[in-house]
Amino acid sequence: MSLLEVKKVTHAYGSLRSFWRPQTEAEVLSDVSFSIEQGTCMGLIGTSGAGKSTLGKVILGLEKPKKGQVLFQGEDLYTMNSQMRRQVRRNLQVVFQDSYSSVNPRLTAEKIIGEPLENYERLSASEQKRTIGQLLEQVGLRAEDMKKFPGQFSGGQLQRISIARAIALKPKMIVLDESVSSLDMVNQTNILKLLDELKDQYGLSYLFITHDIRAAYSISDTLTVLEKGRIVETYYDKDEIFTSPQPAVKNLVASILPEHPRNRTIANGKHFVQV
Amino acid sequence: MISSVQMASKSKWALILSAVILIVFFLVSILAPWIAPHDPIQVNLAIKLSSPSWEYPLGTDHLGRCNLSRLLYGARVSLGFASLIFAASLGFGLIVGMLAGFKGGWIDLLLMRFCDGVMAFPNLVLVLGIVGLLGPGLWQVVIALMMVQWVYYARMIRGMVVSMKEQNFIAAARISGSSTGKIIRRHLLPNVLPPIMVMGTLEMGWAIMDISALSFLGLGIQPPTPEWGAMIQEGKAFIRSQPELMIYPGLMILFVVISFNVLGESLSERLGVKRRY
Repeated sequence: MSLLEVKKVTHAYGSLRSFWRPQTEAEVLSDVSFSIEQGTCMGLIGTSGAGKSTLGKVILGLEKPKKGQVLFQGEDLYTMNSQMRRQVRRNLQVVFQDSYSSVNPRLTAEKIIGEPLENYERLSASEQKRTIGQLLEQVGLRAEDMKKFPGQFSGGQLQRISIARAIALKPKMIVLDESVSSLDMVNQTNILKLLDELKDQYGLSYLFITHDIRAAYSISDTLTVLEKGRIVETYYDKDEIFTSPQPAVKNLVASILPEHPRNRTIANGKHFVQV
Repeated sequence: MISSVQMASKSKWALILSAVILIVFFLVSILAPWIAPHDPIQVNLAIKLSSPSWEYPLGTDHLGRCNLSRLLYGARVSLGFASLIFAASLGFGLIVGMLAGFKGGWIDLLLMRFCDGVMAFPNLVLVLGIVGLLGPGLWQVVIALMMVQWVYYARMIRGMVVSMKEQNFIAAARISGSSTGKIIRRHLLPNVLPPIMVMGTLEMGWAIMDISALSFLGLGIQPPTPEWGAMIQEGKAFIRSQPELMIYPGLMILFVVISFNVLGESLSERLGVKRRY
């Protein structure tokens, strides 16, 4: 049994309902199916508007899809009872792209990371404090930082706090929704390294949603390409993505800049880059 | 262009000064029975329209009542009822705004169109209409003002909740296992309240003006209870011989309303809140 199974998910957003015109619907996901095994990372690659973030929300249980099922450990997220749902929530965490908006600006790091612990663990005050300190150190910050407010951290540090919050409950899976996309290259590399370490340490599974094929390639075990709400192809061997005949995939691959500027030409899908 | 440091220090003094003035006014309104030299409704025609003396520091009015005592007691009515209107409209606006913003859909549509309807009328006209229906009296004025003011709070809170609901930290809180109640308590309210307090201080100024205006028109407080607007109305007949009968209560209203406005403006500057509604 896969840890997460997405079965024929179709979702659409309706236009604002109005008295004057009938509601129109725009399909953002159509017939999406894939699965993620325990302890692996799937990279979900797609251009803007491909439906990546919607898919992320659907998987997180935040947005009920129009059709289809999301099975977590074999149980349907949207039909399970509230108690089951609570248990699933703890095993399915998230790190968002925009680290600034993912934390409440009025709470200290301690409160931010403590929120999931309060809800599930019921630790004593001193124990909780110790756990939060450990978590902060684990993501490369100092335990003393827990007294600081979000305004006193950089974007990269805030992203680490979001990661600390996500791993606080020792979940089975984390959805990384463009989690490194807004960071600079150095920070990206560091966070990717951190995520990789955490994955090995806790046996985590990731769904790594990104438009950045390189970041996805470096952390994922399998890759899936999403385009216009449909899955183009899934690569269980991630190297296969470079030899895919699909035009959409070719375009994505061609958009990677070669390391040396001399080798750069305008990529229009004809040109093919070897990585 | 004023540097931000200068601006901060300027607004700091404005903040302190207006806050001190308002605290003094609030203390006066609470302590009026102890610090007023006379009973504010004690009529003594023998000494009517007398000039200031040790016994009557600001003189007496046309019925021989102590002006100072009436002003001090008047602070009670203005500030007390303005606070009541503020608290009640904030409470009601908070409930409606949260409900509309959080639930969305047709509930939101219905509530907000109702608010639009109320806001379409000039405030004072609507208040006059409601008081006209209910009959003159202070409580009727208070009810009318509450009925009109809560929509501004509701609309503003609804707008903030809608924009905040989309923020990732609310989604993250939900995924962290927090209940809706906890999300409201911990994430929505603390972020909604500062701008609302700014708006509230400005609205307090308006409420005081409205109470006075309606009392001046004879729709609010009924004689002999002292109230600044009503005092202006009573002093109107003596505008040539004794203009101070109108000037004193007028100054009171001026000071309090200016203080509320300055306080609101400097709070909004300090808290980085933009005025909008």
